[in-house]
Amino acid sequence: MEVLTLSAHELYERFRRKDLSPVEVAEVYLKRIEEVEGRVGAYLTVDPEGALRQAREAEQRWRKGDGAPLTGVPLAIKDNICTKGLRTTCASRILYNFVPPYDATVIKRLKEQGAVILGKTNMDEFAMGSSTENSSFQLTKNPWGVERTPGGSSGGSAAAVAARECVAALGSDTGGSIRQPAAFCGVVGMKPTYGRVSRYGLVAFASSLDQIGPITRDVEDCALLLEAISGHDPCDSTSAPMPKEDFRACLGEGIEGLRLGVPQEFFIEGMDPEVEASIWEAIRVLEGLGARVEEISLPHTDYAVATYYIICTAEASSNLARYDGVKYGLREGEGDLREMYLETRSRGFGPEVKRRIMLGTYVLSAGYYDAYYRKASQVRTLIREDFDGTFDRCEVIVTPTSPTPAFGLGEKVHDPLQMYLSDIFTISVNLAGVPALSIPCGFSGDGLPIGLQLIGKPFDEATLLRVAHAFQQETDYHLRSPENLTQGGP
Amino acid sequence: MKISLQEVEYVAGLARLKLSEEEKELFTGQLNTILQYMDKLNELDTADVEPTFHVVPHVNAFREDEPQRSMEREEVMANAPSRKGDFFRVPRIL
Repeated sequence: MEVLTLSAHELYERFRRKDLSPVEVAEVYLKRIEEVEGRVGAYLTVDPEGALRQAREAEQRWRKGDGAPLTGVPLAIKDNICTKGLRTTCASRILYNFVPPYDATVIKRLKEQGAVILGKTNMDEFAMGSSTENSSFQLTKNPWGVERTPGGSSGGSAAAVAARECVAALGSDTGGSIRQPAAFCGVVGMKPTYGRVSRYGLVAFASSLDQIGPITRDVEDCALLLEAISGHDPCDSTSAPMPKEDFRACLGEGIEGLRLGVPQEFFIEGMDPEVEASIWEAIRVLEGLGARVEEISLPHTDYAVATYYIICTAEASSNLARYDGVKYGLREGEGDLREMYLETRSRGFGPEVKRRIMLGTYVLSAGYYDAYYRKASQVRTLIREDFDGTFDRCEVIVTPTSPTPAFGLGEKVHDPLQMYLSDIFTISVNLAGVPALSIPCGFSGDGLPIGLQLIGKPFDEATLLRVAHAFQQETDYHLRSPENLTQGGP
Repeated sequence: MKISLQEVEYVAGLARLKLSEEEKELFTGQLNTILQYMDKLNELDTADVEPTFHVVPHVNAFREDEPQRSMEREEVMANAPSRKGDFFRVPRIL
């Protein structure tokens, strides 16, 4: 159906001209979800009643000529972002029945614009994973190949956008959890600069790394969504006091003379040859548009995975101490308080979450703090300085998003270290706090999408969007969509 | 061996996790593999490097000490696994 092919900015034009109504569009998407969910499994909760109510309100706004860019646009939200009155589980048994009494700041902002929230998407439990297989509730399948993972941890959001079960979605990115699934599912995903988007109402995993960001079909929608959710928030003390920006303003400006840094450390042994070929081809497209290529070096790249898994597990072990069975979520165990804590946490958390709590508790424990946590925090400084030192030689760094296209379901789930190493190209960005996005830049011989990562200077998302938009004007990878999702069951 | 089965048991206690015998064995093996990989960081001399705990310059974010509307009590309490009136009920502590 034609409605399903429209991006958010195209819907806006239709709504404005009264060619389409938000209720009509919401109904089309709810029907689409019914048709393809059995095949994809992107949603943990679909909220038809709430969505139709919001669509009717949006329709009123358009009738009064009071429409904003996202008024009536159907969105999906990762299930670790609090939505008032709508169950928010983090794909964990420990929060299986949690109904937030408040909206996250990003949700509040989307609702102010009149966006329509279709439902909450599947993820790795507490955003810990790279394949969405760590969900306690269900598997999500890659719409481009249903025996493949959608990536993770925002796999449900990326799969929902790719399968046209929503127009766009929000995810969260702690070590690549927006960009890697976006690459695997052939869509656009951005991790903004740390502090650009409020974390208030995002269930905390690793507080110094987490950021919420958009997952969309094209770069213009990414700009639109980023604009809607960003901006200073007094409820998040790490939120940056930056003025609101019009991220669409500079999209058409071109990239003549722009310097692209290509870090030698990212072209490693073991990288899939089809991925490597696609990246170089994408770089040639950007050169054709007037960009200059500079070879650069990020010498501490090889230490990023070890650094990240010390820091993120340390922060997680502290953040997840709050799940004690007292105020919300699961409570298990008869007997005394200690018994209640032990039973609740042991039955509520899945294996990867337990593993990370264990690792984090260990690296923070007496006698090991200096050897692990302090050491990793020092190496984080070196990684950050690598980026600082690079940005006087280039405006944007270009790398693959992931060393391979989507891997198979079950392929890495029993080998945690191999799963961790699949994040090798995305995590240094979180450690440094800089912004990055992934856009589709090709397909493998098996028809699986390949992602190009663009990394920018702190608070320079505008340049990233400009480069990515220029690329999409020259290519059609972002316009393709997986076929035959409505035929047959899983 | 970076971490022994006994240390795994000790850490699980600190984290308030009750592990089965099978989980203890599994985690001991997996944590050893991961911790060995992390030894990589010792290749770097960081004696004179300041640690980064946060990428943004941190200052205290104060606001005026004025009363503000808080969440609806009933909506908050509705999530309680066990309650008595407006209180969270927990197992006897003393």
